[in-house]
Amino acid sequence: MNEPTQTNTIAATPQLVARWKTPDTFLLTLTGDWRTDGVLPGIEAVREELTKPDAKGKKVEFDTAGMTGWGSRFVMLVARSRELCQKTGITFVPDSLPEGVRRLIKLSEAVPDKKDAQRETTKPAWLQRLGEDAIRAWSGTVEMVKFLGQQVIALGNLFRGRAQFRWSDAWLEIQECGPQALGIVALINFFVGLIITFVGALELQRFGATIYVADMVALGTTREMGCLMTGIILCGRTGAAFAAQLGTMKVNEEINAFKTFGISPMEFLVLPRVIALVLMMPLLCVFADLIGMFGGLVVATFTLHIEPMQYIQRSIDAVPLKSFLLGIVKGAVFGFLVAFTGCFRGMRCGDNAAAVGKATTKAVVDGITAIIALDGIFAVICNALNI
Amino acid sequence: MNDLKIELKDLSMAYGSFVVLHDINAQIKRSSVFVIMGGSGCGKSTLLRGMVGLMAPAKGDVLYDGHGFWSADEDARHAMLRKFGVLFQSAALWSLMTLAENIALPLIEYTKLPPNEIDAIARLKLALVGLKGFEDFSPAELSGGMRTRAGLARAMALDPEILFFDEPSAGLDPISSRNLDQLLLELRDSLGATIVIVTHELQSIFAIADDSIFLDSETRTIRAHGNPKELLAHSTDPTVRAFLTRGAEGAVKASV
Repeated sequence: MNEPTQTNTIAATPQLVARWKTPDTFLLTLTGDWRTDGVLPGIEAVREELTKPDAKGKKVEFDTAGMTGWGSRFVMLVARSRELCQKTGITFVPDSLPEGVRRLIKLSEAVPDKKDAQRETTKPAWLQRLGEDAIRAWSGTVEMVKFLGQQVIALGNLFRGRAQFRWSDAWLEIQECGPQALGIVALINFFVGLIITFVGALELQRFGATIYVADMVALGTTREMGCLMTGIILCGRTGAAFAAQLGTMKVNEEINAFKTFGISPMEFLVLPRVIALVLMMPLLCVFADLIGMFGGLVVATFTLHIEPMQYIQRSIDAVPLKSFLLGIVKGAVFGFLVAFTGCFRGMRCGDNAAAVGKATTKAVVDGITAIIALDGIFAVICNALNI
Repeated sequence: MNDLKIELKDLSMAYGSFVVLHDINAQIKRSSVFVIMGGSGCGKSTLLRGMVGLMAPAKGDVLYDGHGFWSADEDARHAMLRKFGVLFQSAALWSLMTLAENIALPLIEYTKLPPNEIDAIARLKLALVGLKGFEDFSPAELSGGMRTRAGLARAMALDPEILFFDEPSAGLDPISSRNLDQLLLELRDSLGATIVIVTHELQSIFAIADDSIFLDSETRTIRAHGNPKELLAHSTDPTVRAFLTRGAEGAVKASV
């Protein structure tokens, strides 16, 4: 039992020698530089000695005369030994430790552990989680409907001329989400038109009906792809921007500042954004339709060798007015969806930077999901009504 | 004219089922500086939110000139809001507008003044807080102290009867902080406004407060009530003494 327990013997590196100085005193002799990032001697041997049943009532001392430096890892070792002593009923004698170490240990124990501050880590049962998720989903839906209702009231106030609303703000938003989006809308829709033409041409060529590719592209873009792609682009571009702007304003208490002045954020901030997108989306859709068909024209002319004038004529003949209008109506609806999800997520944002990021992500995900889902519903309704 | 401006009646504030403050009763005199003080997390800011209409109390009411705020209907509440000026902790200037626009907006919404007059008022308010010439700056271009002063100018835009401040000197250097105190007193004296301040800055508290309440995070209600200087002289409550003497006396409680 009185045998020294050595853990490390290389010179200059930190060493810990633990032995029974007297039958009642366990001495830990520490030498070397303990500031290293390398391997430190473990306290397993110490732990083993101290947890023996007959160690109770004895004491632990330190000898640090040969130690040239110490850091947090050393303090940790001392704190651990101390904890061990407290658990096993051994007297801990810190007197010969460096002054700084003693003070740090004391400081770390000055404020007792706040038990309720430690997080509950147990995972709730799956049924409980399912229930909580359901409750959360329900309250989220209720809030969304409420937001929609407030939106309608704000719109009503606008028509009665009572809204706290400035057309100059709406104008700025219109500029931001309309003309400035032209570039990206043109680029994406050009490529979509191009892709549809290639895919269609491959099939139609087999039947010698290449010219019908014009019909396909014209119908496809005006009815579906034009508004769908534009909706998705604006969701990632403008919807995300709305959520981030409003979310940051919430974090900065700017929204609260509006409220304390009796200015309704719903009318002053949300309404101009919704109006801007609902007005701009149909226009962007018309633009997207034209660009998409132009994409088709390029492929048809250069790879399928169709006369441009012929292609254009077929395109015009192929699209009934109602299909064209359907695309535009859908565009307006998608515009509302994008503005609504963006503003809703922004206004519901928490009060820190991470929450703004989350709100933006959710705005985009919600927006795209809503657009695709509603497009499906539109397709079913149009099919039933034979539009 | 009644001497009483604001009355807190049996006010309780709660987040869901978690009660932050309960049974808050206090009376605030006209044209006085009233300080709400206490350690971190004692519910000072929550109480302020209940007073300025941002958060409905779980129980009780706030009376302004004898009229209940939370028991009033929407229009009446709106009318009361017009008499408030609020300076938020980080000033909360509207970041998409210039300083002059920040101050002009409430005037545009609530008055029928012509644009040139509104512009002149905005300039005047900025000059009052020492920001003459900064009319066209955006909030992001200002230092913290300037932002606080600009926030103060905006709070004063509608010549409010009551000014609320949420930790106005947070993040300010000692001299700016002292200048702000001077400015507050000056405004109180010249405008006759009633001022309610949430703060834990001892020097400010002793320099400007006429009356105060001390909120305690443990009992979650008012622990002491009175002029801070008198509280320091006469209070025997160790927690209050510890707070007012920066822990030199009384029960020192670490709230880390």
